[in-house]
Amino acid sequence: MTAQPRLSIRDIRKSFGTLEVLKGISLDARDGDVISLLGASGSGKSTFLRCINLLETPTSGRVFVDGEEIRMLQKNGKTVPASQKQVDHIRSELGMVFQSFNLWSHMTVLENVIEGPVHVLKRPKAECIAEAEALLEKVGIADKRHVYPAHMSGGQQQRAAIARALAMKPKVMLFDEPTSALDPELVGEVLRVMRALAEEGMTMLVVTHEMGFARNVSNRVVFMREGLIESSGSPEEMFGSVASPAFRQFIGHYGN
Amino acid sequence: MNIMTLLGFGDKGWALWLLLGAMLTLAVTAVALVIGAILGAAVASAKLSASVPLRVLGNAYTTVFRGVPELLIIYLIYFGGSSAVTSLGQWLGYQGFLGLPSFIAGALAVGVISGSYQAEVFRGAYLAIARGELEAASAIGMPRSLRFRRIIMPQVFRLAIPGIGYVWQLSLKDSALVSVTGLVELMRASQVSANSTHQYFLFYIVGGGLYLVLTSLSDRVFTGAERHANRSMPSASMGKA
Repeated sequence: MTAQPRLSIRDIRKSFGTLEVLKGISLDARDGDVISLLGASGSGKSTFLRCINLLETPTSGRVFVDGEEIRMLQKNGKTVPASQKQVDHIRSELGMVFQSFNLWSHMTVLENVIEGPVHVLKRPKAECIAEAEALLEKVGIADKRHVYPAHMSGGQQQRAAIARALAMKPKVMLFDEPTSALDPELVGEVLRVMRALAEEGMTMLVVTHEMGFARNVSNRVVFMREGLIESSGSPEEMFGSVASPAFRQFIGHYGN
Repeated sequence: MNIMTLLGFGDKGWALWLLLGAMLTLAVTAVALVIGAILGAAVASAKLSASVPLRVLGNAYTTVFRGVPELLIIYLIYFGGSSAVTSLGQWLGYQGFLGLPSFIAGALAVGVISGSYQAEVFRGAYLAIARGELEAASAIGMPRSLRFRRIIMPQVFRLAIPGIGYVWQLSLKDSALVSVTGLVELMRASQVSANSTHQYFLFYIVGGGLYLVLTSLSDRVFTGAERHANRSMPSASMGKA
């Protein structure tokens, strides 16, 4: 079966001024793929993730979500999206989880989770609340639904942020270092939720430093170095004897 | 004459007169606050805009109206406005002086000044919103207008309350200057009662007391509003926002 990829990225480049951060990255994610993006800080992995939903505008390259290409055009020598409406639509199909959670601080957890479905997708509120409560149950913070984010731990906030993204029923979930801002004892509760999602068949792209997750949960590991994909493969290949010397050196630094 | 009689509600008493003045002071300040909020929001968005001409215009507004004496603005709007209305009247065939109503001129003048301070309050409030929350709104597919209405506005409102409370207090005191146009607000009411009775100490002190009542009552209202709006925040950030 050759189903088209959920997400297809072709030769993405991104420069900030004269600094070229991404030097041509291509990647496909098929349904149910869980791809870990590894690399030292400054390797461009977060920028790459942010280029997919256009939080950063790539200097060049193409992004397809379920076969639909995000249309870009040249304006005054700069690449810009051709239609902001299309960008908003594509973004609503891609769930994003940030390192710093970014929950809306003036809304309770439940309000955060139903905000997108009710106001972006314009679905009936009662239905969204029922779904949101099921999602909060799933990520284990049902009892916090009427609590404001500032009154929760980082791990709880990140699980709420995952529920908020899932409430949009995204085609792909993008995780930008979801556990990097957490105290060590809170990392596990977030990784467990992500693992459960992976087992349900969610398509996921995960920028992470968690080698355990990359090795045990993802089905593909992509190692980025200086704005390029240095090597990629299954966790068995990447963490086995055929790993590239650069990747071996990298995991030597990050340990475990 | 007996102090109690002077401050009573009877024939010789000035209580009603002063209270009406205080009400008018509140009314001028409230209308000015609304005018200032509209101007302030517009000027703040101009100052935050990506367009250079808009930014220059916004900066010019706040520089001018914060830098020029309030009294001058009031004269400018009252007398300037009145002569403009008079020329308009002449052009339409009416001979004679047409005055701008002093309440409208006063509220407009105080409102224009209040707007220059409110612009800074709104701008600061917008800049205090966590950038990540705006990014999360974009990432979920919110169009700009929805993001403004659902994420930016409620937070600007929350973060602006302490600053707006301060501007309200300034405007309340600025409104005393509107007395020069003949509007019998609290300042003018105190002056008239003092002059009529030659009890200058008494009536200026009572007037001052009434101003203090107004400012401390409004202070309470704003503190309450701030506490309510900050219920989503950790208690440590109370009053800091």
